[in-house]
Amino acid sequence: MKPLAHVGKALAHDSAALHVSGAAVYIDDIAEIEGTLHVAPGFAKEGAKGKILSINLAAAQAAEGVVAVLTAQDIPGKNDCSPVAGDDPIFANGKIEFHGQVIFAVVAKTRDAARRAARLAVIEIEKQKPDVTVADALASNGDLLPPYAFTSKGVVAALKNSTHRHAGQLKIGGQEQFYLEGQVAYAIPQEKGGMFVHSSTQHPTEIQHCVAAMLGIDDAQVICQCRRMGGAFGGKESQAAQWAAIAALAAHITGHPVKCRLDRDDDMMLTGKRHDFEATYEVGLDKSLRIAAVDVLLAARCGYSADLSAAICDRTMFHADNAYFYPQYKIATRRLKTNTISNTAFRGFGGPQGMVFAEAMMESIAIQHGCDALELRKKNLYTKQRNTTPYGQKIDEHLVGKIMATLEKTSSYQKRRKDNAKFNAKSSILKKGLALTPVKFGISFTNTMMNQAGALVHVYGDGSVHLNHGGTEMGQGLYQKVAQVVAEVFGIGVDKITITATRTDKVPNTSPTAASSGSDLNGMAARNAAMAIKARMAEVAGRQHGVHPSKVTFWDGQVSAKTKSSSFAALATACKGARVSLSATGYYSTPAIHWDRATGRGHPFFYFAYGASCSEVLVDTLTGEMKVSRVDILHDVGHSLNPAIDIGQIEGGFVQGMGWVTTEELVFDAEGRLRTHAPSTYKIPCASDVPEDFRVALYESKGNKADTIYRSKAVGEPPLMLPISVWCAVMNAIASLKPGTVPKLDAPATPEAIMRAVKSLGVK
Amino acid sequence: MGVHVRSTVNGDAVEFTCPEDEVLLDVLRNRLGLTGAKEGCGTGDCGACSVILDGRLVCSCLVLGAEMDGKVVETIEGMADGAKLHPLQQHFIDGAALQCGVCTPGFLMAADALLRKNPDPTEEEIRFGLAGNLCRCTGYDKIVRAVQAAAKEMRG
Repeated sequence: MKPLAHVGKALAHDSAALHVSGAAVYIDDIAEIEGTLHVAPGFAKEGAKGKILSINLAAAQAAEGVVAVLTAQDIPGKNDCSPVAGDDPIFANGKIEFHGQVIFAVVAKTRDAARRAARLAVIEIEKQKPDVTVADALASNGDLLPPYAFTSKGVVAALKNSTHRHAGQLKIGGQEQFYLEGQVAYAIPQEKGGMFVHSSTQHPTEIQHCVAAMLGIDDAQVICQCRRMGGAFGGKESQAAQWAAIAALAAHITGHPVKCRLDRDDDMMLTGKRHDFEATYEVGLDKSLRIAAVDVLLAARCGYSADLSAAICDRTMFHADNAYFYPQYKIATRRLKTNTISNTAFRGFGGPQGMVFAEAMMESIAIQHGCDALELRKKNLYTKQRNTTPYGQKIDEHLVGKIMATLEKTSSYQKRRKDNAKFNAKSSILKKGLALTPVKFGISFTNTMMNQAGALVHVYGDGSVHLNHGGTEMGQGLYQKVAQVVAEVFGIGVDKITITATRTDKVPNTSPTAASSGSDLNGMAARNAAMAIKARMAEVAGRQHGVHPSKVTFWDGQVSAKTKSSSFAALATACKGARVSLSATGYYSTPAIHWDRATGRGHPFFYFAYGASCSEVLVDTLTGEMKVSRVDILHDVGHSLNPAIDIGQIEGGFVQGMGWVTTEELVFDAEGRLRTHAPSTYKIPCASDVPEDFRVALYESKGNKADTIYRSKAVGEPPLMLPISVWCAVMNAIASLKPGTVPKLDAPATPEAIMRAVKSLGVK
Repeated sequence: MGVHVRSTVNGDAVEFTCPEDEVLLDVLRNRLGLTGAKEGCGTGDCGACSVILDGRLVCSCLVLGAEMDGKVVETIEGMADGAKLHPLQQHFIDGAALQCGVCTPGFLMAADALLRKNPDPTEEEIRFGLAGNLCRCTGYDKIVRAVQAAAKEMRG
């Protein structure tokens, strides 16, 4: 077999040269059309829950530069921007359910004028006591969605008959996406009542549909385009819709182009985040410390509406085993309604919360029994015999044990554990901790319908190629990866391929770029489109040279048959001359997956992505200060489509997840107001928080067992869960203060949380 | 009303009347069409709007447009020498030190300002020198390596 010319090469991101020059155009950088207006959302200053008693917009209306003030009554169609359940009003009507819920919007000549005027509204709310925390919601019995569980028949008996039993609780914090480019949309009215919307969205099809329904027009009259996002991380899957809808409504009513770009503080208050959870569990073990049964309740703060919480909490359940076999289990979830912003997608989509529970449980068992946590983890991994997940899918690829064994050696885990024990014995205040944890992450949307993608490829008469597909570019390098795939198919340079913005009139009915599925789905769809054109081109070449089309090869810009060859460009010209179509759509749907939620059984994932990381921390048990001193990562991406991009995903995912489990804390007050709504109060990792000693390697894979695009594996979300080892290492360090006692450490392990955990041990 | 401002931006003379409350970031983006600097937070905490004002790294969202009067402003758009990229730019590309790209111009400005003051920084000095710039995508390691590589090349 010929080696690959483009796939697998560490080529630069398609926009790299633009990014370093400040020339990449994000939506707010698009040259504004003459007459462009700006719209800003408005909300009640006080109150998180209650009837809207009065709305006085006179002062806003009268403010300088204001063109219009919009409320629910101005919406000609449907007042909804929800992804699933129809329960997210664009403008609140009659009542509000969280602090900051949008009630109106101000359209003005400048963004500044719109924002200033929005603050002049006087809104009176009949305030009720909000449910803010998981505990509040549990006390109110406030299930937003029905509870759901995977339960095996023998779980109660197995727990009862276990040699060892261990119970625990864990608070798991939420997380703000903190994409550097905030939410933004720019709507431009079209002929016959149509609308063109630039939206920074992972889901252009949903924007199209939401805007059309809001205006009461056909989907076909709305086009949504997204060339690139300045980060998204799940926060622009459903959360981009409201701002696109408000911009489109303002454009519809004023007849002008209208831009809606949120201020950072508004963005953080008005858009959803990762779900917080509280886990309460009991685990039974046999005498060799193999898990016999796990009974866990994972209670989620969903916020005021359903959004994507059903699928997110399901994914929490799918990952509550991480890489471990639970012979008997009850994995239960409550999906709780709170008077807070509706929580939403964020890299990992509920999976990280399930996984951090599993690893906290492992770490706690190891501390309680005084054994090495890595030994305990290895003992409980899925094996060829013990291979059935709590949802009935059998694990048929057992890589994680190999990855952990390799990492154990390359990170000198055993030696460092011994060194740390010596250090901790001598050091009374500074304590070192070390942990090595695995990641097993299921790849596919668990809603089987969503596992489909489309692409549109044209070859022009000069041999240049236009590439379009339904996937969106948020920095993850999807456009570049798919371009490498198409270059490979045609045997031409990537420089001959022009990547074009994702838009709903080129590829319709797309799924969001989410669930790590971008290159798996769109890579295949684009390949299918390119293959269709290539087959037609091979026919023409075959006729020219008197050979069967299967004997025609495409390589290095040349098309060859027997001894004859011509350039790809010459063949393209010849095809046009021969009246052969050089345009094709491509389509792909993931095979072999199915899921029956009613019975809780099926094969929801096409395959799993695996990895492991080993992290060392130094904890000051007097102040709670913590430093990550070294990280080793080994991660499986199958046959990488682009190792530079994949390693970037791993490093970036790790640091983002490290923020989630260490410094990023969302604080809501008792009134339901988010008090951490800017980078001044919400701490994401910066360059000096990341260890200098950061060793990242790709697992030497024989290729994905599943038939994916060039046998690669998805890499978007799985690395986010690698830094659970950082949290476990903090546990390990704190536990050295009082061996045998499990510290009560929550996630994130902020200095305050570390201090509470130290205190919980009752040592001086 | 407004303030009469005369300044040099990326070597070009500019002159305009600046409203008193207009910030430098908006001057650059909305008046001069230089959209490389981004508004990430508007409060000086993320560094996405970093530019160099009279040799000093500033968050342009915290500087008034009027303050650029009589001063020299350098932005990402002026970093390359015509078609020839600055070594920092080239190493950011070669080292895959960018993803979504919104923070990239600010990082390049911050790194440029750092290397002018300290051409041979330690890794710790680089990390602390860039700590005012937030990146949510890369995890910073490749950014730090790119700055190290560029510094080495620039020292010759």
